[in-house]
Amino acid sequence: MAVVTIREALNQALREEMQRDENVFLMGEEVAEYQGAYKVTKGLLQELGAKRVIDTPITELGFAGLGVGAAMVGLRPIVEFMTFNFSILATDQIINSAAKMLYMSGGQFNIPIVFRGPGGSAYQVSSQHSQALESWFAYFPGLKVVMPSTPADAKGLLKASIRDDDPVIFIEQERMYGIKGEVSDDPDFVIPLGVADIKREGTDATIVARSLMVPVALKAADALQEEGVSCEVVDLRTIRPLDIETIIKSVQKTNRVVIAEESHPFCGVAAEISSEITERAFDYLDAPVKRVSGADVPMPYAKNLEDLAVPTVDQIVAAVREVAYLD
Amino acid sequence: MAKPNYEMRKRTPEPSRVGADETSATGVMDQESPETDAATNAAPEQTTGELKAAQKSRLADLDRETLIDIYHQMLLARRFEEKAAEAYSGGKIGGFCHLYIGQEAVAIGAISAIRRDDYVLTSYREHAHAIAKGMSPESVMAELFGKATGCSKGKGGSMHMFDKEVGFLGGHAIVAGQIPLATGVAFASKYKGTDQVTLCFFGEAAVNQGAFHESLNMAQLWKVPCIYICENNQYGMGTSLERAMSSHDISQKSCAYDIAAEFVDGMDVLAVREATLRAVERARKDYLPTLLEVRTYRFMGHSMSDPGNYRTRAEIERHQERDPIKLFSASLKEEGVLSDSEFQEIEAQVKEQVEKAVKFAEESPLPDPKELYTDVYASPINTQRD
Repeated sequence: MAVVTIREALNQALREEMQRDENVFLMGEEVAEYQGAYKVTKGLLQELGAKRVIDTPITELGFAGLGVGAAMVGLRPIVEFMTFNFSILATDQIINSAAKMLYMSGGQFNIPIVFRGPGGSAYQVSSQHSQALESWFAYFPGLKVVMPSTPADAKGLLKASIRDDDPVIFIEQERMYGIKGEVSDDPDFVIPLGVADIKREGTDATIVARSLMVPVALKAADALQEEGVSCEVVDLRTIRPLDIETIIKSVQKTNRVVIAEESHPFCGVAAEISSEITERAFDYLDAPVKRVSGADVPMPYAKNLEDLAVPTVDQIVAAVREVAYLD
Repeated sequence: MAKPNYEMRKRTPEPSRVGADETSATGVMDQESPETDAATNAAPEQTTGELKAAQKSRLADLDRETLIDIYHQMLLARRFEEKAAEAYSGGKIGGFCHLYIGQEAVAIGAISAIRRDDYVLTSYREHAHAIAKGMSPESVMAELFGKATGCSKGKGGSMHMFDKEVGFLGGHAIVAGQIPLATGVAFASKYKGTDQVTLCFFGEAAVNQGAFHESLNMAQLWKVPCIYICENNQYGMGTSLERAMSSHDISQKSCAYDIAAEFVDGMDVLAVREATLRAVERARKDYLPTLLEVRTYRFMGHSMSDPGNYRTRAEIERHQERDPIKLFSASLKEEGVLSDSEFQEIEAQVKEQVEKAVKFAEESPLPDPKELYTDVYASPINTQRD
């Protein structure tokens, strides 16, 4: 065990899996000579060589599709998007090719590929460089969607994603690369996909969170504990397939639930979870399910406006107080 | 940086524009004109006589068995699709059904130039490519019929044929979607150090997509063994090349990427084969990509529901005089490769193959309803749902 940042944990996962399997290669913009726009791929070119760590032109649709094609014939590409904002250019290949190939080929061509990179809100880069896209990708059967919130999860989930035989959308959080935590150095340390994690146990209310909202929810839980409210924080870790059972069990225990997310509320992951809870655990609810989502606007540049667009500790505290009828 | 290598480019007449006012906005031709053919200004068409003379000169280089096999494949593709059209009209085949009739020389000529372990990817107009790559007419017809025995278990249909065993990697229905994929398949061959090559077929309308340009750039930048075969049938659905492309000379677009290119008359199956063989050699030996512009013509509509109001009957008939199967059978006959009775024999064999395919498709079961939920994930994760 060593204490490392999320950035370093991801770097370890990439290095270990590339050393383990010759068929794994990494491609993307600035991943090799520049050492990664966010330094996640630091040192990999030097250690693994230019055949395995490939700088691409700025051509997202092209290299995403190239990766899917390579995956059709046995390679296991890791395609880095410098940020997930640019994956929007590649969505035809991600959705129409990667997600559907196995199905429309009658089970003949699975696509073992990882599309990874930072997503979610960044710092003051305005609308096109700061957005949460997981609900887009999670919509499609055939894709798996993963969002870690700690260094250990980042490493274990990325290793599992690279070993997975299906296309995985692996969204790191741009603001979280520097977060530190203990990480295993066991080369076979993997965290299975599709399993949520209870980051804090509690009895009075459940806060369902993912990615950046996990540390925010944990701070909210600390604040609420001081008021005598015990919150359970469920970290989804994998968005699709969704570990709904863990959420339902928590709701059955606490009877109150707040779902926190960075993304826009409309057609979002929280809306889906809310619907599932209503269908499966309606009788256990002592209050309506409450969502805390990012503002339903493109991300603004001005610091004060940006702060208003991303959910805060105070907003989550207020939402829990609301479902607990404390006001 | 090496100087651009344009030696492979056989002919590149000066591209010129035809004024937009020469065709109507709807594509309906007001009057017939011998010059209305969309791409004639990019590279002039050979006359039927020139075409035949050129083909005969190529005939001598090939053994009889290969010639017969090529002819058989072309005729099989034609008769298979005529039968598919009939089945479509009879309600046996659903959805879209894009026929290849008129273009057979392209797929069959090109695929005759590669090995079984090489790869082929193409668009949604792919029945002939699938069969030429070695898929059984039964599995293709059953897929069209939406049956469990289809090559994609009835989940892909006309536009998504696949067969891993013979290296047929689809059947892709977003225009140009297969071009980055094929580039990746070829990339993988180089990565693994094999000498397998990839043929990537697409229509000329795909050339206007970003995916084409992004792929050719990467292919030459990284030197991957992919052969890009543009089947220029001169119409993207109902829109002529003239109305959609600012520069009509497709092979010339290779200059932007410093990639070798060649223009081929796609009505001559042997010309297509020869050009592909040259490209295959470059790909196998040196991992070099090539762009082939193969001029062809689609005799049928874009799909079975095409109203066909964007081109004249006379234009279609003029191209039908250059029918690649008629041309090839005449060459074979005139050069004494096949006798009348041998032609009849092949026709009978093909008829039997097609009838067998239809019978197989008709008698096959529908997919089991349980198949709805299979093949979504290779490693499904049980999240304890019901």
